[in-house]
Amino acid sequence: MQFAFTDEQEQLRSTVRRFLEDKSPPTEVRRLMETESGYDTEVWRQLSDELGLTAVHIPETFGGQGFSFAELAIIAEEMGRSLFCGPYFSSTVLGATAIMETASTAQKEELLPAIAAGERLVALAISEASGRWDADGITCKVRDGKLTGTKRFVVDGHIANLLIVVAREPAGEISFHAVSADSPGVARRRLEVIDPTRKLAQVDFDDAPATRLDADIDGEAALSRILDLAAVALANEMVGGAQWLLESAVEYAGLRTQFGRAIGSFQAIKHKCADLLLKVELAKSAAYYAADAAAANDPELPVLACIAKSAAADAYMRAARDCIQIHGGIGFTWDNDTHLWFKRAKSSEVLFGTPSLYRERMMTQIRDERVYA
Amino acid sequence: MNGSTPNSPESVRAEVRAWLAANWDPEADLVAWRNKLADAGWGMPVWPSDWYGRDLPQALAPVVDEEFARIDAVGVAKTGIRLLAGWTLLEHGSDAQKESYLRRVLTGEDVWCQLFSEPGSGSDLAGATTRADLDGDRWIVNGQKVWTTSAHHADYGLLLARTDWDVPKHQGLTYFVIDMRQPGVEVRPLRQMNGHASFNQVFFTDALVPSENLVSKVGNGWQVALTTLMYERRGISGSRALPRTDPPPGQIYAQEREETLTALEPYKWYPQRAGRVDLVEARAGNLGDDVDPELRQEVAKLLILSRTAEWTARRARAAQEQGRPQGPEGSLGKLAGSEIARQASRVHTLLAGADAMLAGADGPLDGLIAEILVSVPATSIAGGTDEIQRNIIAERVLGMPKEPRMDTGPFRDVKRN
Repeated sequence: MQFAFTDEQEQLRSTVRRFLEDKSPPTEVRRLMETESGYDTEVWRQLSDELGLTAVHIPETFGGQGFSFAELAIIAEEMGRSLFCGPYFSSTVLGATAIMETASTAQKEELLPAIAAGERLVALAISEASGRWDADGITCKVRDGKLTGTKRFVVDGHIANLLIVVAREPAGEISFHAVSADSPGVARRRLEVIDPTRKLAQVDFDDAPATRLDADIDGEAALSRILDLAAVALANEMVGGAQWLLESAVEYAGLRTQFGRAIGSFQAIKHKCADLLLKVELAKSAAYYAADAAAANDPELPVLACIAKSAAADAYMRAARDCIQIHGGIGFTWDNDTHLWFKRAKSSEVLFGTPSLYRERMMTQIRDERVYA
Repeated sequence: MNGSTPNSPESVRAEVRAWLAANWDPEADLVAWRNKLADAGWGMPVWPSDWYGRDLPQALAPVVDEEFARIDAVGVAKTGIRLLAGWTLLEHGSDAQKESYLRRVLTGEDVWCQLFSEPGSGSDLAGATTRADLDGDRWIVNGQKVWTTSAHHADYGLLLARTDWDVPKHQGLTYFVIDMRQPGVEVRPLRQMNGHASFNQVFFTDALVPSENLVSKVGNGWQVALTTLMYERRGISGSRALPRTDPPPGQIYAQEREETLTALEPYKWYPQRAGRVDLVEARAGNLGDDVDPELRQEVAKLLILSRTAEWTARRARAAQEQGRPQGPEGSLGKLAGSEIARQASRVHTLLAGADAMLAGADGPLDGLIAEILVSVPATSIAGGTDEIQRNIIAERVLGMPKEPRMDTGPFRDVKRN
């Protein structure tokens, strides 16, 4: 495991940060979160064409850049920091990763280049009305290339061109399917959400034509692995957002004066910030370590993903809560930016599963893998 | 030492290896051997060549250590705080003081203790009120120190005392070497809530310090104390390496073992105060879903804290090795350690259930769990409280404004205990 980023990775980080500071300031976040699509097509084009970010972890043979999951995680962290509004998480992180894990070579050749180019938007549809992300929660049925059922919590499902859908075969096993979003039998509805910077959709399938992704894999194991990778990417995104909140809280505490002194000089405030720094740094360590493990195909990934997701979710919510508290009344207003990150923290906390669920899963993993025994 | 010798790792290695080959003898007397080390400079090679060292750059010290370890050669005395005394005197002491004390620091013949903390000044170390008053060519010391490890067998103490009450508090302190074996010094063990007595209280009643034992100059005590504390933070003090479990034959090893066991005696509960996460790790794989879900959550939280803290420390080290500026991750270890210890204590309690009430032979793991439960509260206090750590992190790492001070005037007027 490496415990420091390479110079190239630091360079990537600063390039992405500069781009997002320019293209995704809070004013833009506020503008885009009120739109139906939720993103700016011109910024998306620059991000794909000029920076090549949509191609980063896709292998070169499929039109990608061939970098590892560690680079993807750095981009996710920076996007979390700036609260970037765009289908990057849905299409590049979730969609492309799912295809890479489940599609045959021929299918990858067909599907991935347009995703790498940012031209095709993919959404990954796993969860249903039960709000579960595990195999046992899958009730959507597929038979003879026709898919029926309802998916919920589909990130950017309302704008994707292609849906990757997890369904159950007649014999009971889990399989992955590509469904064109404009097919007959597909009905999409954007859900009302608490976090307008991350849009969710419900997608109803009624005998919709579906192409099975047919790499020779165990569907349930692939689902677990995809969710591990998703959790790791989300954890990195979350620590980026948590860091932004920490900086915002510290800055405000230095500016705001009460009782004749900066409120940041009160121990009640500075201790809160010191504790928050600790929580955020521990979560960063977990997120970075897990991203490295994902890049290295480390067999401990399932445990590390649980650690990263739960630590990052707790740190992000704590940062959001404390940042509002330190801002006081102004922190509860719409005009103050804190609530934008608070809402992302809240939606990320439960996306793919709550922190408690991940800790529970970690304990199960430890028992099954005899990690400490 | 030949000044023209190039200090390359290879030349240093060759030199120390040759010297050890010619001199090392496992049947030597411990003190005689260490005197030899002091004369040759191989005991503390990074010390100046005028004072028992060889002017070796710090980066080459591991080469010497490796050569000693290779043949199991015994080094100079490193237990307790004696090396803190050594470094402090090297930086601030007079030649006469270095002459008097440094050699016996290295041989281990003298035991040292640190007389900084007081009942009335814990976090606020510079608020010391133990006084030293000049009387002719000697100082008369009155007052009380506390949390003094090894005071009961110390020969000398590093004493921080107030010599001027009319200047701001940091400017009125002076640093002395005090002879602990005199009638005006009384050492009493301090019993802790876990039943051990690892520390002492030291009472001074007209104790005497000759003028030549003043270190640096009058009023400069805080600066000297900062030197001691800096070396303490660098981990120079108190080697807590366990004695060799299977020492090679030779009387020197027996003597070294005795010294180590005496020095380690006060620290035997330290692993327990850190929470003994290892005990939970050993059981974590057996806590299946038939176990209370709350317990499973708390165990998971502990393991997460412990592992992320370890990774954070490794990030700090990696950045340092690459020569990058240290990020915030380097300052958080102590605070993380407190949280780990508290969470471990919670988990041990949940795991033990009613047995958590039992201690000694009746308690879980032969009383070990009980010792953990009543030792953990020390972690967030010893070596700087969590609250002081948070102040330091907030002010130095996050750049937050300092608290307004109430203690900047003459010390005489400062409110105190």
